[in-house]
Amino acid sequence: MSSPDISAASSSAARPETETAPRTKRGSLLLAPGVLPGLTTLVILLAWEGATRLFAIPSFVLPSPLGILAGFEAVGLSRWAEHIGATLRVAMLGYAVSILVAVPLAIVLARSPVLSRALYPILVVVQSTPIVAVAPIIIVVMGAGDLPRVVITCLITFFPIVVSTTTGLMATPPELIELSKSLRAPAWREITQIRLPFAVPYIFSALKISITLAVIGAVVAEFVAAEKGVGYFIQFSTSMFRLPQAWAGLLILAGMSLLLFQAVTLIQKRVFPWSLPKDAP
Amino acid sequence: MALDPPAVSFRGLGQVFETRGGRVEALREVSFDVARHEFVAILGPSGCGKSTLLRMVAGLLKPTRGRVSVFGLPVTEPRDDVGIVFQKPTLLPWASVEDNILFPARHKRGSVTQQDRARAAELIAMTGLQGFEKRLPDELSGGMQQRVGIARALHMDPDILLMDEPFSALDALTREEMGFELSRIFEARRKTVLFITHSVSEAAILADRVVVLTGRPGTLAADMPVSLPRPRGIETASMGATHEFAGHLRSLLLRRAA
Ligand SMILES: Nc1ncnc2c1ncn2[C@@H]1O[C@H](COP(=O)(O)OP(=O)(O)O)[C@@H](O)[C@H]1O
Ligand SMILES: [Mg+2]
Repeated sequence: MSSPDISAASSSAARPETETAPRTKRGSLLLAPGVLPGLTTLVILLAWEGATRLFAIPSFVLPSPLGILAGFEAVGLSRWAEHIGATLRVAMLGYAVSILVAVPLAIVLARSPVLSRALYPILVVVQSTPIVAVAPIIIVVMGAGDLPRVVITCLITFFPIVVSTTTGLMATPPELIELSKSLRAPAWREITQIRLPFAVPYIFSALKISITLAVIGAVVAEFVAAEKGVGYFIQFSTSMFRLPQAWAGLLILAGMSLLLFQAVTLIQKRVFPWSLPKDAP
Repeated sequence: MALDPPAVSFRGLGQVFETRGGRVEALREVSFDVARHEFVAILGPSGCGKSTLLRMVAGLLKPTRGRVSVFGLPVTEPRDDVGIVFQKPTLLPWASVEDNILFPARHKRGSVTQQDRARAAELIAMTGLQGFEKRLPDELSGGMQQRVGIARALHMDPDILLMDEPFSALDALTREEMGFELSRIFEARRKTVLFITHSVSEAAILADRVVVLTGRPGTLAADMPVSLPRPRGIETASMGATHEFAGHLRSLLLRRAA
């Protein structure tokens, strides 16, 4: 939610110079951080609730917001925590393993044109195979437990990180590479002190994409085989025609993705503030 | 003289690049010497091989023909006593001014000593960067950034400094100011300097000698001492002799380009 907030704040700050006083007051209240998106959400929820009542839409077609809330409460916090914990664990494990494999692989690809030419087609084939189709096979091969789910999550998050990191490693200013060579510094230091830091903006743009893919990976794996997790819960509830609960799970997944995305953004902002575009505050 | 070899010596230098688009002959039969502590400006049209020449001195490129020697020894790999200043400052955007200046030491040896820090502080004072030690490059003007670039090149205390159009990305006023600044720095601490520029007045004001190259393939067109008195400063820029010499250089360049 932070990016709309920021733009709203900055445009409201720019207003007073160009507009007359009374309009400025109303405009700035409307444009205060969070107000506009909050209002929009409220309007949508009210319209949704009203429509489901007015047209008597059955809950298995479209449950009302209050119905979803009731569904959420029926499950209970401790069971939610269990499901969320399971999904989060697989998503984060897969994400972490993915980063640990993808970044070193990107370094190898960036350093060796030969290996790059040899491995790239394989990576593209893996990437273009639909994960949903591969997931059942992986589960059968690897059996029960978190391992196959983590592998599925890895497979889906891996490619953007490899590609983006490789691009970043190659985007270093050639002058700095010449400087490094002219100093006869060890080659690995060219990676750690020049290329990797220069790749940070590229790596983070991939990390932001991959964190939401990680949640998708975990959910896909749970759809195939699991006894816990938000994905499993949605599928189970749907099969029992408990649609309000399925919707509650869906909203939780969306919230989870959003929060994780924001967490990655925040880490970049805190740890690598220089890597953000210059006009960002 | 035989005991004291020139700082840099080019002998029958030729460079041909084999590219996908065909052969590019960048340099042909270039021979000249640069004495120790001499400031030599190199002038020539774009693409005549000036940067190529510097990269050979830096040991980053092997000549196809001929030889480059530094202090009498053929250059086979990069040397510790050669520093480079690039056209763009190309600083590390995440590192402070101080850390950027310390970068060569840290990059070469893995860590920096107390002595390195003291030298950095000295260079910060010399290049007029006091108070900006902890700033990031982003927060500095172009001129300030290039000062950091120069201080970075000087940190390893090279005998020879290679400067590849170091001021051409700056606005005219800053550029002139940086020229005088550079004069002042080298008045205090003599170095052998190879300075590439497109500006005839910059060459006249800064250099002890000007070497003019022809268009591609670059060959030696002229090699002239600059007889303007030292120390040089703002007065030098407005002297009649300076304008005369600059005008002479300009006509040489234009004739060669035509
Ligand atoms: N690594 C390279 N590969 C192929 N051609 C090159 C390379 N470096 C320079 N050249 C070519 O050699 C010529 C001289 O380049 P350069 O030394 O950069 O010129 P200058 O610095 O005088 O403008 C140019 O035509 C350039 O395209
Ligand atoms: Mg050049």
